[in-house]
Amino acid sequence: MHVRILPVAGAIGLSVMLAVAPVKAATPSNMVVMAWQIDELISLDPAEIYEFAPAELAANFYDRVVYYDIASPNEMKGGAAESWTISDDGKTFTFKIRDGVKFHSGNPLTAEDVAWSMQRVVKLDKGPAFILTGFGLSKDNVEQKVRATDARTVVFETDKAYAPTFVLNCLGSWVSSVLDKKTVMANEKNGDLGGAWLKTHEAGSGPFTLNLLKANEMVMLDAFEGYWRGAPKIKRVALRHVPESAPQRLMLEKGDADVARDLGPDDLDVLAKNPDIKIRKIPQGMIYYLGLNQKNPNLAKPEVIEALKWLIDYKGIEKNILRETKIPHQTFLPSGFFGALDDTPYTLDVEKAKALLAKAGLPNGFKVTMDVRNTYPTADIAQIIQATWAKAGIQLEIIPGDNKQTLTKYRARQHDIYIGRWAPDYLDPHSNAQGFAWNPDNADDSSNKLLAWRNAWDIPQYTGMTEAALAEKDPAKRKAIYEDMQRQFLKVSPFVIMFQDVAVLAERKNLQGFEHGPNFDVIYYRNMTK
Amino acid sequence: MALDTVNGAASTPPRPSGGGRRARHAAARHGGSILRVIATLAFTFLGLLAVTFFIGRVVPIDPVLAAVGDRVNAATYERVRIELGLNLPLWEQFFRYIWAALQGEFGESVLTSNPVLDDIRRVFPATLELATVATVIGVVLGVPAGVVAATRRGTWIDHAIRLLGLAGYSVPVFWLGLMGLLVFYARLDWLPGPGRIDLFFEGLVTPVTGIILIDSALAGEWDVFWNAALHLVLPASILGYFSLAYISRMTRSFMLEQLQQEYVITARIKGLTERAVVWRHALGNARVPLVTVIALSYGTLLEGSVLTEIVFSWPGLGFYITNSLLNADMNAVLGGTIVVGAVFIGLNLLSDILYRLLDPRAR
Repeated sequence: MHVRILPVAGAIGLSVMLAVAPVKAATPSNMVVMAWQIDELISLDPAEIYEFAPAELAANFYDRVVYYDIASPNEMKGGAAESWTISDDGKTFTFKIRDGVKFHSGNPLTAEDVAWSMQRVVKLDKGPAFILTGFGLSKDNVEQKVRATDARTVVFETDKAYAPTFVLNCLGSWVSSVLDKKTVMANEKNGDLGGAWLKTHEAGSGPFTLNLLKANEMVMLDAFEGYWRGAPKIKRVALRHVPESAPQRLMLEKGDADVARDLGPDDLDVLAKNPDIKIRKIPQGMIYYLGLNQKNPNLAKPEVIEALKWLIDYKGIEKNILRETKIPHQTFLPSGFFGALDDTPYTLDVEKAKALLAKAGLPNGFKVTMDVRNTYPTADIAQIIQATWAKAGIQLEIIPGDNKQTLTKYRARQHDIYIGRWAPDYLDPHSNAQGFAWNPDNADDSSNKLLAWRNAWDIPQYTGMTEAALAEKDPAKRKAIYEDMQRQFLKVSPFVIMFQDVAVLAERKNLQGFEHGPNFDVIYYRNMTK
Repeated sequence: MALDTVNGAASTPPRPSGGGRRARHAAARHGGSILRVIATLAFTFLGLLAVTFFIGRVVPIDPVLAAVGDRVNAATYERVRIELGLNLPLWEQFFRYIWAALQGEFGESVLTSNPVLDDIRRVFPATLELATVATVIGVVLGVPAGVVAATRRGTWIDHAIRLLGLAGYSVPVFWLGLMGLLVFYARLDWLPGPGRIDLFFEGLVTPVTGIILIDSALAGEWDVFWNAALHLVLPASILGYFSLAYISRMTRSFMLEQLQQEYVITARIKGLTERAVVWRHALGNARVPLVTVIALSYGTLLEGSVLTEIVFSWPGLGFYITNSLLNADMNAVLGGTIVVGAVFIGLNLLSDILYRLLDPRAR
């Protein structure tokens, strides 16, 4: 939901009046208010969550088996599990469950809750289930493979040996959120394992409880005094749905909000001059790229693929459109991830691109279409690309549509070029390697429709490398495989990777401890103080 | 509504047109064959449902993706497709839908996971509150302004009023909204910021009608009442201004038409005061078409004003329907359309009734 002209006009109007509003912190000292665009509260059920805002909420309602600590990003820490051992064959993980953890209902957290919660994700088989079913778990075997062997032990068995770092990274995502089995089952309807109730409720043991949920309006969280790490200092967190940047900025300046999370470049420019506001930038996993459909004979030529990478005005797009909301990035692993390569060899070079096109037998360019999600920044980037490509004779026709519409076409492989964004599902390089570099079945009716498949890129050798990296026990070797793949990809892949997202948080000076990790599901309110 | 659409997306569902009007003449002629009116309304309504339903089914958007996200495997995808009934032939889906709708069953919204009816119960009162206050502002200021402009035709005051009306037609609503927030909220601190109510009052009043002003008054929570009233001032004034612009223009032209009629000359010759001629006789005759104009303008506001709702974070019907449409949340779109359709049909009936009360010839 976005009105193209709004931020522009709003920015013009507001930047005319640069004066800073009078200072007065209007929110009480034990409460934090966030102004945020939260359109998508489709479900709060960890077995169903597939959206940014609910994943973030779940990180604050629930404990996970293992826990991503922002202070030590390279290894998972114990969450509901205080320790674990891995069998010699690498297929059995045994978790010791922490004692003395209480759910919001007052029920004690047991190994049975932990095992049941993960079984439930697999049985319900909704959006995020693939994170667990990837380990060979299915409805039929999950009760044997993931089980509580006593009150404080959970065994997790995989179908083959995976890199232990990979297994733990997956279990650090929201699918391992521990639910209060008794409470959930008390709200079960027609065998849904509490699914209907959990869409709008929580049954966790995390630092916050859900006080109020009004779709398209607000979410209110209250501190859970019985939290095992200690009660949060902030007693209430209110997330206010404010769809536009300019009103968010006004609320922050007035002190009616402590954090604003969707500010446009113009509003950020103004706030940068305000002594009461601090602005933080945290690189995020989301990357922006062009997908070139290999079913299109022109786009399948290696020289054309490379030419298009020289035909993007990376600097111009960053300077004129993205400003501080993105950073340049050209490889498929986001900066900050394990194994990421931060090389950016490509710049705008029209002559080089023309030479490559001539070599491909297309000296006068060609005609091609691009499906573009009709919102900022994709639509704006596409327009600049269109102008740049014209210099090399490529006539780009932009087909605008809304997100669901373009995605539907993309998943059916009916596009020429798709300008898209991709965020990893969990904090492990495999999420993106699987997305960009894995295509075990290039047939139209394949059951895996990830990015390489969507662009009809048939790559047995890279599919093999992706699987080898996934099984590699030695972290150093695993890292080397990913780096090697990224180097090759820079030249040959039909993906023109351009930018990486940055979460830009504008906060009032007196707010401390809002922990925003590199992915949407590791954002914590627990340590906030004012 | 043209001022307030999004990207050309049809935020305005097709309106049932003409049914009420034709029906009225028929009813007037035949001394009110209620059955025919009801049949026309039902038919209009069915047509509205059919159009919306089929548009929703042929747009190139996949509702399954909206429900399961974009990385599921084929088996899950297929299962959800069948759960949503999308594997059935289109006509069967439509009949199932109508059948469910007749029983008041609109299904669940994909986006909010609530039953659509609950969602509408939540968002419609917000819009109703805003639209009603805005319409009151539009009528109270717009009608006298139109009358004054007509009687002082060609003077500076007429030009001023017409300019004001023209501005109301051409100034972008979101710009006005942002400026209003900037001046009255951020700089002057006279009014509260976006939203319907301050956070601290959230949850103090149990919703009965969903209209905060009424609910808080019923509960005797006057702090909440004043807070909600202050939150209404800016968005209602802005919408009221657009409504005023339209109403004053229409009033002016109706009045000009009336003031040239012979009865006005007669009244003046009889020696009636100018005030009585203008306000009692001329306006009295202009009020019949005015009722229709006001009802239509109110109806348009009741669809929800998407841009105003976005600027003011106002959880209303316009934003709800538009957002649902953009996310292929068809249950919500259809439910919302039915509400809007019902509102228009209701207003049509209401203006018919008023018409009869006001126009002696129709009695």
